Amino acid sequence: MTTIDPTVAGTGVDHVDAHSGERADGLLTSVADWITTTDHKKIGRLFIGASLLLLLAIATVGALLGIERIDGTTDLLDAGALPQLFSLFRLVLTFGVVVPFGIGLSLAVVPLQLGARSLAFPRLAAAGFWAWLLGTGMVIGSIIANGGPGGGDEKMVQLFLVSMALAVIGLVAAAGSVAVSVLTTRAPGMNMRRVPMYSWSALVHALGLLLALPVLFGVLVVLFIDHKYARTTFGGNVGIAEWLRVSASQPATLLYAVPVFGLALETVATATRKRLPMRGVGLIGIGLVGTALFAGVAQVDASLPRDIVDMQLGDALREIVPFALLNVLPLLGGVVVVLMFLLAAAGRPRIQSPMLFGFFGAGMVLVGAAGNAVAHIGDAQLTGTVFEEGAWIYVCYGTVLAMMGGIVYWGPKIWGRSIDDKKVLPLALLGVLATILASLPFYIAGFADQPAAGTLFDYSGPSELWNTLVAIGHGLMALTVLAFVGLAIQSFTKGALAGDDPWDGQTLEWATSSPAPGDNFADVHIISSAEPLLDLKPDRSEGAA
Amino acid sequence: MYALPAAPPPAPRRQLFVGTALACAAGTTLFGGLIALYLRFRQDALSVAGAEWKPAGIKVPDVPTNVMLIAFLFIGIFAQWAVYSARREQRTNTSLALGLVALLGLAVINSQAFVYRQMGAALRDGTYQTMFYALTGTFVALMIVGLVFTAVAALRYLGGRTSEREIISAHAMYWYFLSAMYVALWFVVYITK
Repeated sequence: MTTIDPTVAGTGVDHVDAHSGERADGLLTSVADWITTTDHKKIGRLFIGASLLLLLAIATVGALLGIERIDGTTDLLDAGALPQLFSLFRLVLTFGVVVPFGIGLSLAVVPLQLGARSLAFPRLAAAGFWAWLLGTGMVIGSIIANGGPGGGDEKMVQLFLVSMALAVIGLVAAAGSVAVSVLTTRAPGMNMRRVPMYSWSALVHALGLLLALPVLFGVLVVLFIDHKYARTTFGGNVGIAEWLRVSASQPATLLYAVPVFGLALETVATATRKRLPMRGVGLIGIGLVGTALFAGVAQVDASLPRDIVDMQLGDALREIVPFALLNVLPLLGGVVVVLMFLLAAAGRPRIQSPMLFGFFGAGMVLVGAAGNAVAHIGDAQLTGTVFEEGAWIYVCYGTVLAMMGGIVYWGPKIWGRSIDDKKVLPLALLGVLATILASLPFYIAGFADQPAAGTLFDYSGPSELWNTLVAIGHGLMALTVLAFVGLAIQSFTKGALAGDDPWDGQTLEWATSSPAPGDNFADVHIISSAEPLLDLKPDRSEGAA
Repeated sequence: MYALPAAPPPAPRRQLFVGTALACAAGTTLFGGLIALYLRFRQDALSVAGAEWKPAGIKVPDVPTNVMLIAFLFIGIFAQWAVYSARREQRTNTSLALGLVALLGLAVINSQAFVYRQMGAALRDGTYQTMFYALTGTFVALMIVGLVFTAVAALRYLGGRTSEREIISAHAMYWYFLSAMYVALWFVVYITK
């Protein structure tokens, strides 16, 4: 029997220790519990909560930078601080929001999907969270105190480099915990082909981070040594942004968006109440998106030169192969996943907000990946323009949007209560609108040669309009996040109680009580297909496993 | 609530071993990235006619670097001896093997310190020095992690957890990883310079 003895008293949502059954009373006890927790659901919630708060702040910074770009003479922001603010925006949105958001959701959900009672190395994951939080806090603090890329205070520049390294170590530690969990804690019978789509994407994501982020750490080590002692090679404080650029721009950022595609396929299968067709193709598609790790590991991006048509075949191939490997392969993976989503959606799915968040998120990431491929074609002459920033925003905000869908989808299993679908659905649409407004105008302005990370420019065309739209887009995203956080807090504290299987799901997390108890499952399950719960619902168990 | 068939508790899936393997993979990309940077700057420096990469005044002492290479050969042997002994529950031999790994690890760090002292390269002096200290310093940090790993494995084993042989295997794998990294470091920095 899978019957879970709910360790939850009364309403079913009070926090009670899974083993002792004792209530954790008192603020101090509660704080100590959160600081020292090894419960994967709590560690995941810590990552998610901190990421959302940072997103709120950094989207506001994005809006301010957008306003500054409408008219470079407004002096809304200190002109001397602009390079640092552009760096702050890029680094915090990438490593303070997008990467930890994905990891946090994986930490919270993956063990439940695998039928595991706990996460592998939970203390490592918890240490990773605190290291990342401390590092990110110091990154922001050091940039505010005139450090960071292009900063004028050398001590603060060095503090920035150390803090960034600390944050990277934290992310690697948490990613390691996720990867080992998927590799070692699957329920009996769950071979790798039966791993749920989201868990598969979490594995690809975590393995990619494990291989790519240490290279960034190495770069930070060398930058620190050079900045502190020699300053002969890496361009001092000004050169830092250039050396960190590869890890925080396309195609490396596509790796950080891998969980989006797992979530999209997971939610569409649930919405259609059918087994996902051609599951293996979906696994391959997600794996192909994960090839974006090559850019992070090699710290390069590959462009097609402008004179490629005049080249000999051999030389042209030497240019095309790296371009295709770094830019086209992840895009191809994304296309495969979105086509699979559409194929599955042909089965008349119920309209559920997580599926829409997932679809919109994957779509936005795909547009960003396509933009990245175009930006690396020399004849397009987009190098150094805001076109790349547009693609980056598509990827980052698309990822954030999908992860919000993940909170809506798995919130009942984590908090025990549901977010009202009708209330959250408009936020998905608002998020899409915000993403498009914050990025699409830069695709257009890029072709008009608006320079990247600058506020003073002159080109023929309605530059004020494009930059106004971008500022509105960032503002709308901040508004979306604010509304989402408010709705989530209200729903998860006072909302309707969720049943154990509110979405009529297919995977193991829906076999346990909501919220899941401290050790997840009373029994370890044997499974015989990729959709073990669907096997128990005979009226809907059509299709092959 | 659904009535899925309950299974007996699954056999342990070697979490520590898998985790160590992933850590080694991460360490490989870290070290590989640093070596790639070293080679790139060396190539850039040597592409200018008459320019030098390693300043003429800096002499790399051959003996301690080669001794370190030999030490790693023995570290691999002793780490595997620990695995062999642990499988046969030979507590004394396992402890001795782990102790020898720790001793040789300390000797390697000592040799590295000797190399630093003999070379007398100042960090402020240029790109070669920056890359040299970044590479070797990162390696020393990974060595310290290895020594902590050895200490933890030894303490757990001596503490009576003789059935937990996974940590001994994982420990051996980590030292193989360090040995492979040192071979790369030795060839790039100390041989081809």
